[in-house]
Formats: sequence, C-alpha cells, structure tokens
Amino acid sequence: MVLQVLVVAAGAPLLAGLMRQVRARLEGRAGAGVRQPWRDLRKLARKERIAPHGTGYLFRAAPPLLAGTTLVVAAAVPLVTAASPLDGVADLFAVAALLALGSVALALGGLDTGTAFGGMGASREMTVLALVEPTILLAVFALSIRVGTTDLGAIVTETASSPLSVISPVSLLAAVALAVVTIAESGRIPVDNPSTHLELTMIHEAMILEYAGPDLALIEWASAMRLTVMLGLFTGLFAPAGIATAGAGPIMLLVAVVAFALKVALLGGVLAAGEVFMAKLRLFRVPELLAGSFLMALLAVAASFFLA
Amino acid sequence: MILYACALGLCLTAALVALLPARAVTVAAEVITALAGVVAAVAGARATLGHGWSAWLPDLLPLGGLRLALDPLGGLFTAITGAVTVCAAIHGIGSGAARATRAVIPLFVAALLLVPAADSVSTFLFGWELMAMTSLLLVAAEHRDRPSVGKAALWYAVMTHLGLVTIMCGLCYLAAGATGDGFDQLRAAELSPAARDVIFLATLAGFAAKAGIVPLHVWLPRAYPAAPGHVSPLMSGAMVNMGVYGVVRVGLDLLRGGPVWWWWIVLALGALSALYGVLHAAMATDLKRLLGYSSTENMGLVLIGVGAAGFFAADGAGPLAALALTAALLHVVNHAAFKTLLFQAAGSVQRATGTRDLDALGGLRTRMPYTTALFAVGALCASALPPGNGFVSEWLLLQSLIHALPASGVAGAVTMPLAVGAIALTAGLAVATFVKAFGVGFLARPRSPAAERAAESPRTAICGTALAAAACLLLALDPALVLPALTAAVTRVIPVGRPVTGEVTLRLSAITGSISPVLIALALAGAVAAVLSLVRAVATRRVRRPARLWDCGAGPVSARMEYTATSFAEPLQRVFVDALQPESAIDVTVVKESAYLVQRVRFRARVPDRVERLLYEPVLAAAVRLGSQARRLADGSVHRYLSYGFYALTGVLIVLAVIS
Repeated sequence: MVLQVLVVAAGAPLLAGLMRQVRARLEGRAGAGVRQPWRDLRKLARKERIAPHGTGYLFRAAPPLLAGTTLVVAAAVPLVTAASPLDGVADLFAVAALLALGSVALALGGLDTGTAFGGMGASREMTVLALVEPTILLAVFALSIRVGTTDLGAIVTETASSPLSVISPVSLLAAVALAVVTIAESGRIPVDNPSTHLELTMIHEAMILEYAGPDLALIEWASAMRLTVMLGLFTGLFAPAGIATAGAGPIMLLVAVVAFALKVALLGGVLAAGEVFMAKLRLFRVPELLAGSFLMALLAVAASFFLA
Repeated sequence: MILYACALGLCLTAALVALLPARAVTVAAEVITALAGVVAAVAGARATLGHGWSAWLPDLLPLGGLRLALDPLGGLFTAITGAVTVCAAIHGIGSGAARATRAVIPLFVAALLLVPAADSVSTFLFGWELMAMTSLLLVAAEHRDRPSVGKAALWYAVMTHLGLVTIMCGLCYLAAGATGDGFDQLRAAELSPAARDVIFLATLAGFAAKAGIVPLHVWLPRAYPAAPGHVSPLMSGAMVNMGVYGVVRVGLDLLRGGPVWWWWIVLALGALSALYGVLHAAMATDLKRLLGYSSTENMGLVLIGVGAAGFFAADGAGPLAALALTAALLHVVNHAAFKTLLFQAAGSVQRATGTRDLDALGGLRTRMPYTTALFAVGALCASALPPGNGFVSEWLLLQSLIHALPASGVAGAVTMPLAVGAIALTAGLAVATFVKAFGVGFLARPRSPAAERAAESPRTAICGTALAAAACLLLALDPALVLPALTAAVTRVIPVGRPVTGEVTLRLSAITGSISPVLIALALAGAVAAVLSLVRAVATRRVRRPARLWDCGAGPVSARMEYTATSFAEPLQRVFVDALQPESAIDVTVVKESAYLVQRVRFRARVPDRVERLLYEPVLAAAVRLGSQARRLADGSVHRYLSYGFYALTGVLIVLAVIS
C-alpha cells in the first residue's frame, strides 16, 4: 500500500505532464515535456507563502485537507494491489464520500476569500458535485451486484479472476456512466477546462484563484493525484489485468506497478486526445450530460436484475 | 421506573419554579430541566438494555387511567429526548425568555417523555395532545414581537390538530376492534384486512404531519423560525422523532407489519420528502428555514429506511429488514444530535446579530469563533460526509437497499435503484446546502452592519452547543456505542439476530460489508499530518506575507462583491427550475424626461413552496369563499335568528318522528 501511495504521489504530475504533451503534439505545438509539472511544483514550493486580506484558517486548511483525502483514497483504492490494509475499513461509498470531502474543503476555501471568483467557483463546483453523486452511487450499486458487496478489493479480485465477465451490458453501461462521472469529478473537458481563466467558464480555477506558492503547489499536486486515482480506479474496476493480489512477491508487485502505469498512461492519453476534438460545454448544459450518465447507471442496475 | 417518574417530577418542579417571581430562580428552572433530561436519558437507556417496566395508574386519568410501559423501542426515543433536553436547557440558561415560556418548556419535555412511554390508546392520545398544545404555546410565544409568528402558529395549530384527529380516528377504530385500549390488547386484536388498511393509512397521515413529511410539511419551515431560540432544537431534535416512533409503533408493532403496498407508500413519501426538503433547503436563505427543510429531508431518509424495513419484512427477508430499521433508527439518533447542534448555533447567531438571513450574514468566523467551529461540526455531520455521523447511518441505509435486489422480486428491482438514486441526490444536494450555510453564513466578510457588530454568545450557550457537538463526534467515531440500544429496539419489532456487529469496524451480519468510521478518521488525520510535515520540509519560507485579494485592479474588494446565499444557489435553481418554479419580478422606474435614463431598478426573487401553492391555497381560498357566503345567513336580524331556531327544532322533531 505504501508503494501504491508512493507510485501515485510521484506519478500523478507525470500523468498531467503526459496529457499536456499529448494535447500539445496534437495541436501542433512542441509542448513543455512530461516532467514540466514537477518543475512547476518545485518552483511553487520555493515561493513565499501568501495570506490574502480577510482570509482565515479554513483558507489555509483547505489545501492540506484536499491532499490528505486524496492520499487516503489512493491508499484505499486497489490500484497496484488488491490487498490494502484499508480493506474493510473504507468501501466504494466511503471513497466517493472522501473525494467529495476534498471538493468541499476546496469550496470552503474559495468561499472564505470573500471574492466573487471564490464564491462563483464554489457554487459551480457544488452544483456539479450534487449532480454527480447519484450517478456514482448507482454505478457502485450496479458493480456490486455481481459480487454481492461494495468492498473494492472483493470487486477487483472477482473481476481479475474472470476478466470476461466485464463484457456484459451491465458492466458496459456502468463503465460509460462512471467515465462521464470521472471526467466531471476531475474537472476535464467538457465539464471544466483546467487551462481556462475566463470567468464565464471556469469552475476549479475560480476556487483556487487566491492560492499561491506552496499552497497552490499542494492543490495542483492533489488535483493530479485525484485524476490518477480516478483513472486507476476506472481501470481497476473494468480491466484489472496485472493487479497484484494478497501475498504477491516483489516481482509481481513490480509487474503490477508497470501495468498500472501503462494502463493509466494509455487512458490519460486517450482522454487528452479526446479533449483536443471537443469543446467545453456551457455550464448549464452540463446537467444534461450528467442526467444522461445517471440514466445509464440506472439502466445498468435494472439490466443486472433482468438479465441475471 | 423510579428514574422515569423522577424525570417527570423534575419537569413539573421546573415548571413551577419558573413561575416564581424571584430573579434567582430563572436559572434554577433551566438547571432542573437539564437534570430532568439527564435522568430521562438514563431511564431510557436502562429500558433499552432490558430493564423495561410497566405501570397502571387507574385514578390519574378518566376512562382507562394512565397506562405506562417503557420497552426498548420507547426507551430509545425517551433517551434521545432526554439528551436533547440537556443540551437545549443548558443553551437556554440566561437566554432572557419570558417567564411563561420558561414554564411551558418543562411541560413540553414532560409531554415528549410521555408519548413513547404510553401503553394505551387513551394515554398515548393524552400525551400527544399535551405535546401539541405545549409546543403550540411555545411557537406562539413571541407573537407580540413579530407579526409572522402568529400566522406560523395558526398553520402549526391547524396541521398538528388535523394530524391528531386522524391518529385518534385510527387508534380508536383499532381499539374498537380489540378487547380494550391497552397496547397488549391491540396487538392481540383480530381485524379484517380492510380495517387494518384504514387504521394504518389514518395513523400514517397523522404521524407524517408530525414528522414534517411532504405534503404535510407546510407548518415546519414556518414554526421553526417562529419558535424562540432554544425551543427549536427541542422541536427538531425530539418532537419530529415522535412521528417516526408512531409509524414504527403502530405499523410494525401494533399491527405487526402489513402488505407490501403500505410500505411502498411509506418509502415513496420518504423519498419525496427527502428530495423536496433538500431542494428547498438548498434554495433557502433564512438559516432556520433552511434547517427546517433539512429536517423534512432527514425525516424522509428515515422513512425510506422504515419503509424498506417493512417492505423486506413483508417479503420475508428478516435480516435485511432489521438492517434497514437499524439504519433508520441510527439516523434518527444522528439527526437529533446534529440538528440540536445546528439549531442552537443558529439561535446563537440570531441572538448575536438579530438576523437569520444568510444574505446579510458572513464574517462570523472572527467574531464568534466557537460558534463557527461548532456549526462547522454540525454542517459536516448533516452533509453526510466522513468523518461525520450522518455518513455512517446513510451508509447503513444504502447497504440495506443495494442488497435487496436478489431478495425481492420485480417490485424491488424497480423500487430500490430509484430509492438509492433519491438518497444519493439528496446527499449531494445536502452537501451543497451546508457548504452554503456555513461558507456564506460564517466565512468571508460580513455582509451587513448587524453581522459586523456580532459578538460571541454567553458561555452557557456555547456549553450547550458543545455538548451536542461532543455527542455528534462520539456518534461519528464510535457508532457501536449505541448499537446495543438500537439492536434491542429493532428486535422488539423484527425479531432476528443482531444486524450489525463489531466495535471498531462495523460488520453487517446478513451481507458482506464493513466500515470503520474511526479508522477512516485516523487515516485522514494521519494523511493530513503527513502532508503538513512534507510541506514544512519542502517549503523553506515559512512566514506568510499579507497580500491584497485579486480585485481586477479596481480598488479594494467590498462585501457587496461577495457571493450571497442566493447567488450561491442560483446554478442549482436553474438546474431544477421545473421542480421549483421560482418567481422573479423586475420593476424599472425611468426618469420622467427620458425613457432611456433609469432612475431605479428593483429586483425581487422568491422560491415558493409549490406544495403549498397547489394543495393548500385552493383549499384555503375555497374555505374563505364559503365563509364569506355563509355570512349572508347571519345579517344581524334577531327575527331571522329566532326563525332559524324554530325551523331547526321543527326539523329535528320531524326527523325524530319519522325515525321512531
């Protein structure tokens, strides 16, 4: 598990760099290189800390809280190994709730600044969060039916032992629903654009506008980790090939790390390539997208009953 | 039993003491009430642990006498009431309430203790009516100071008494079919299915009205803001629970369960209330109104659990039913804890600033630091996020619902996913609601001079609120603490083994599933500590430099530029525009000389309660029309009145002659 957290912590900025590089190449730019996010983090960490006027302890507590929740999720989710010491402590519901807790911390940090931007970002983030929640829980519901539990390790181990069981209407519908939710939660196009600073469109960036230096570094790092964890969870649920089970030796663990890195890099690359050909949705069209994904999840649950 | 009698006696003493004219006794009344709460909590806890009792005092009441019994189910609700009373009484010390209000509060508590201990129909109805009357007096207490209070009290009086009438009809019908009005005799009654249906539906309507379930919730968002500061925690933390108690007692205990469709109705009402309540809470700008709608939401979640329990029990899935009922009762306990906390904090805010309008609050973080921190705990618990206590009960509820699929037929396959979706949307919107309540109400900059002048509340108020917060944290980290009591209460009506076991990790016995709230909290604390030490190691420059906020270069940011509660909720209002149908009006006044120069723009926006508009207003309008037409019968002429008397007498005589 420690290995898994370390892999996520070290690899997340690289994933962000890879996705930017893919986008840059597809758009005909040279790109800054895969390691650029790490350089940015180093630069930000050395800068001076800022205490904007009128902000309080919540503003300061939000970045560590966000990073903390993400680390716990990275430890609880089966990415490299299906045997986590947090197994039986936190299941899929708890993971979803912990991710929401991180968003809430950031939203409160944004509201604490008392600027229009902070409030705007917080309000939009909470709207998206409220609409994403039903889809997540229903997708969890659909995935748990086959195994009979919401325990993550059990679901992944079950899928790993019979990989073909994924090719069923239930899993496919749940996969589509979860994919939309993953994009929405990690703030990618078409729900949010991580590289925009236009007040009409930004969600995540508006909340963190007042952060600078080490605080900003923490947020950027945590956001990259969240994306990695979510993509990793997605691959773990639907393509767990190569994942280490309980009692695996060091070689198996190494294989598992490489497999995890490859899968997540591939998924991230596809996501980035997709973003090049897509525009951001208008904020008030996002609910329609999320309602669609909710319907998929509902169909997945219904299908699992009627096809069983 | 002696403890219970002591609690009632202390309540009466407190009421009498409050009426004494001396100044020193004003604190004494609250202290005695708090003591009564402690004793009642202990009495209830003892009853849940197997020390139940029953008593019959034939001379105390006419008809059947006073028949009392405390079993684990009643004991659980008695204990909740006692605990809420302790917090509310301590919070109320020195609140400066009127003497009459002080005297009625202990009586209200006594009524709340009487209802779950009643063991016969007449005793139950007596306690219920006493509870209704005393709470009505408390809601109306400040009618001289604020004109809106009188109207709220009128709504409350009508709704609660309509509820009483339906409960009375249902229970009397049940008693008529049994050999007596004691609950033991009712359990043995043999009734036709149709009679059982009528009894269940009639009592359900009355209990739903008390629990604030849609469409009978209209009194709730009015009465809570109207009630004095330390009364609303009692109403929201203890009184609405009695509706749930009634449904469980009558539906699952006295009638011993029923057909599946009963519980569908309960489930549907619960889901509807949860969604409707949270949607209006997300739109509300009045802090207490927001908390009131949130009560509707949480009682809806509880009814989903109760409905699912009845559904499973009717289906023969006993262990699942026990799990669902445990989840529902745990949510009742959790809701009582965090709602008491939130209402007390809201009361402190109102006392400090004189307003409940979130659009005018803000910046209380530096002015009321303790109240802010306590409200944050309550908001975390109410938004069902870990490590809050609401998360644990909602997790249990979801687990019981998602494992229903193999057990129940097509009906379950359609109902359960929708119920899960409803709970999930409710949870998401509750997060948005409480981020709004806390973020806009307490953080950032004050939005009005009233909020700017706020000062921290007195020490007793903070103590009472902190006590509720401690209960919340205890329930959040160690829910196993109340499990024995819940299990005893559940096995009273659904006799299967323990549905949830474990100390640190909660394990479900019928299905595979486990969670450990305390370990999640520890992991979270460890991770945050790790991050902080990492930042300390990497970031070499420790001192924070004060800096300007980003103001687009246009001068300092003022409070007018802040997001308000209304603007925070605007995206959600747009998303749910079909369900909410908000109203807005813009009046533009132009200068006389030119139509292009605007003198003044007025904008008004309101989110009306649609149930009230569609269901209640037509009825009220019809009643008013009928009344004004009936006035024509009474035009003041004495001759006419005498002739009415004459004709009525003749009519009665003719009817009697025909009949005999």
